[in-house]
This record gives sequence, C-alpha cells and structure tokens, in this order.
Amino acid sequence: MGTASDIKLIDENGLRIDGRSPTELRPLKIETDVLERADGSAFIEWGGNKILVAVYGPREAYPKHTQDIEKAVVKARYNMSAFSVDERKRPGPDRRSVEISKVISEALSAAVMVEQFPRAQIDVFIEVLQADAGTRIAGLTASSVALAAAGIPMRDMVVGCAAGKVDGKIVLDLGKEEDNFGQADLPMGILAKSGKIVLMQMDGDMSQEEFEQATALIMDATKRIYEIQREALAGKYRALALERSGE
Amino acid sequence: MPKDEAGVLSEIKRNYILKKLKEGRRGDGRSPDSFREISITTNYVPRSAGSAYVKLGRTKVVAGIKIESGEPFPDTPNQGVLTTNVELLPMAFPTFEAGPPNEGSIEIARVVDRGIRESKMIDLEALVIEPAKKVWIVFADIDVIDFDGNLIDACTLAVASALRTAVVPGSTEGGKDFALPVRNLPVSVTMVKIGDEIVADPDLEEEQLSTARITVTTTADEHIRAMQKGDTGYFTLDEIRKAIKLSSDIGRQIREKYFK
Repeated sequence: MGTASDIKLIDENGLRIDGRSPTELRPLKIETDVLERADGSAFIEWGGNKILVAVYGPREAYPKHTQDIEKAVVKARYNMSAFSVDERKRPGPDRRSVEISKVISEALSAAVMVEQFPRAQIDVFIEVLQADAGTRIAGLTASSVALAAAGIPMRDMVVGCAAGKVDGKIVLDLGKEEDNFGQADLPMGILAKSGKIVLMQMDGDMSQEEFEQATALIMDATKRIYEIQREALAGKYRALALERSGE
Repeated sequence: MPKDEAGVLSEIKRNYILKKLKEGRRGDGRSPDSFREISITTNYVPRSAGSAYVKLGRTKVVAGIKIESGEPFPDTPNQGVLTTNVELLPMAFPTFEAGPPNEGSIEIARVVDRGIRESKMIDLEALVIEPAKKVWIVFADIDVIDFDGNLIDACTLAVASALRTAVVPGSTEGGKDFALPVRNLPVSVTMVKIGDEIVADPDLEEEQLSTARITVTTTADEHIRAMQKGDTGYFTLDEIRKAIKLSSDIGRQIREKYFK
C-alpha cells in the first residue's frame, strides 16, 4: 500500500478528505453505446476516473492456438493512456496492466456464457483516459455493461467495487489520497444477483475482522452499483423502443 | 496453467481424484488442508547475496538475491527498492517456452512481490545510502526448474528464505557488509476449488481440475497482507472466509516448523 504520511484522511466528524462518509461511494455515471464501430461500448465516470470500454465479438479467436474447442475466450485489455496520470505513463502494457488484464478477463469469463461460442474470442478493450484510484473495478463494472450492450449472453452482471483501510478505519471506495496514503485496499468483482466473487485482490494490512467489515461494505454497495448498470442498459433499450415506435 | 504432457488429464484420473476428494482424501493421500513435504536449502548459490533452493513436493524452485546500489524511485526517495521476477524455465515443463515473461509468470511474480512488500519484510528505509540519490536495490529472481503445481507458495517460500540470509555489500560503497534488515515473515497459502471442495497446496493435477484459485498471505500477527483470486471460477464469501482461516492456520504451522 501507500507510503506513510502526516496527512489526516478522516476528520474528527468521521468524514473523509473529500467529504464522504465511510459508506459512501464517489459519484458514478455509466453511459452505453458511446462508440460507433464496437459491437458494444460503455463510458464510466467514477469519481475522477474516466474509462472507455469497447467490446468486439464473439469472433474467431486468433491466433488459432489460443482457441478453446469448448468455449469462447474472453480477452480483456486494460490500458492506461499516457495522459491518464500525473506523470506521463509510457504507452503500452507494463507488468501491472498485464496482471489487471488477466484478472478482469477471468472475472468476465465467469459471467459470460462462454460455452455458447466455442473457438471464439470476445475482446474487451478498456482504456483509462483519466485515472483516479479504483480503475480496475471501474473498468470491470463498465466492461460488464459493454458486454451486455453488445448483446452477449451473460449469466449475471459483474459489479466491481473496493473497500480499504485509511487512518485505521475501514471505508468504501478509496479516493486517490486514500489509495496513496491508506493502509489497505481490497478490490472485488461480484456477480450481482448470486453474490459470487469472481475477482479479488488485496494488499496492505488487514485483520480478519477488518476483512469482514470491508466485505460487508462492498456487498451492500454492489446493489447500488448494479442499479446504475441496469439503468444505463435500460436507457439504451428505451431509446431503441422509442426509435422503433416512431417508424 | 498448462495441461500435462498428454495435453489433458485422463478421464480415469479425473474421476479418481474427484471420488477421493468426496471422501476427504486427495489423490496422493493428503488431507484437504495439508501441504506437501517442504525442503529449504539456503545459501545454495553462494555467489548471490542470498539464495534458497526450495522443494514443495515435486515442485522445485531456486531463488537468488542480488543487491546493487542505484537510484531510488522519485516518489520514495528515502527507501530502497525491491524487484521480484519469476522465470518459468523451459526445463521445468514440456509446454514452458523460453522468451519474455507471459501473463502467468507476471501474475506469480506480482503476487509473491506483494506478499513480501506488504508484510514489510524488508526494512526498505534502512537501505538508503544517500537520500533521493543512492539506495540499495534488492533484486529477487526466481528460477522455476521443475513444475508440479503451486508456484506462488514455492516462490514465496524461496524468496523469503533467501532474503533472510542475504547480505548487503556495503563494502562496495565505502562501508561494511551487513545483513539485509528483515523483520516479518510472510507465508503465502494457495488453495484451489475442485467441485465444492477447497484444497491447499494443489499439485499439477489438482490445478488442472480446479475452477478457481485463491492465495492468502499472512504474517505472524495473523493479519492478511496480500490476496489474489485467480482463474475463471468463483468463490462464495464463505469459501473465502474459510480460505483465510486455513491460510492463517497453515501459516502458523509453517512458521513453527521451518522458520524457528
């Protein structure tokens, strides 16, 4: 986790550096169909995060040796643009983004009905235009919406959410300062209806009781985030229905 | 992870392992929460600053530490640097190929690194030669030489053992050589889910049968320092609670038995 500092992250009223309560999410907005060429797309703004996701496929997996004769391969590519962070990030994949791409791919695979598309590949391109802590869970949340918008059959939606520890307290959805100077971060990917956990990473220092508190916050927030995902998708189909009725 | 030499696990073996697991036994006779035999040989490569040869069942890895002076990261001018790298050598398995690290070996290295780093095992602040200019850089490199499952735990054991014996070459910077300052001991415990069962320290066959993997790294205070879920399956929250409990129990046993 981050480096120690003298910055006070929680004030005497229990409020956080950006004024939120410990159980409050940052402002969250999702929009679908923001790109012309992709089979499905989504744009998420979560706190200061601005992330675009495009889905292509299912299409024949290439190169051929990557094909699975029993199911489709979900291939997410998480990428941070050069201008997404304070100091310019060298373009292209680094070890961090390779790992994040892997865990996001695995999490989405658990939700997509991959068995319906043997030998196919479903590409999920995640582009972080502006990063503000929690990019992997924001990217995961938006990916799930983009997959659904592409009409790809899914068992459930994947919701990404994180909790962490700052100034010794467990709080929901770490902001940038909290991420930099906090003591633990627990990002999770959860299937919205079943509550199954498909992504989980953790770093820092958490007791087992603190883990319980953190997961309780995440599970509760999952419902709220899922509603926002649903609303984004419903908006898409309401617009479509309106178009149809006008014909 | 790759399949076995034949490319798949034979149907007979698969059914045998699943049947045994239902009876609470594993293919090799272990109970679900037990590790394979561990052997640790430190100082295996005396030319390195610290080293360890670790056997975890039939999985074998060698960790070597090199320590050189260099520049600190701009955002941590008062800390030394730790970098961890894992090489899946082609000699270790028929389908391992030479070349740049793939996503599998990057994930292993990063999970191992996180356990060492977040447990604050190395006192990085004691590795500053000249603040913001010159610090000690600790390179932890791991060669996987024989693969039979559970590389994350084998690699964490090897790196932790090697770091505990490592010497900083202070004499090259006008001082004295000194033992690398280490404090906590992280122990990672990796478990996989086969059917509805959770088993610790999976061998290769069990990894092939499993749908999801979880690693929990703890320190002696039984706090969680790092976790990673892998693979395309899922865990319920109860299964994760069970995995955390199992990790802290096994971690305690490993500390007592091998790191007295």
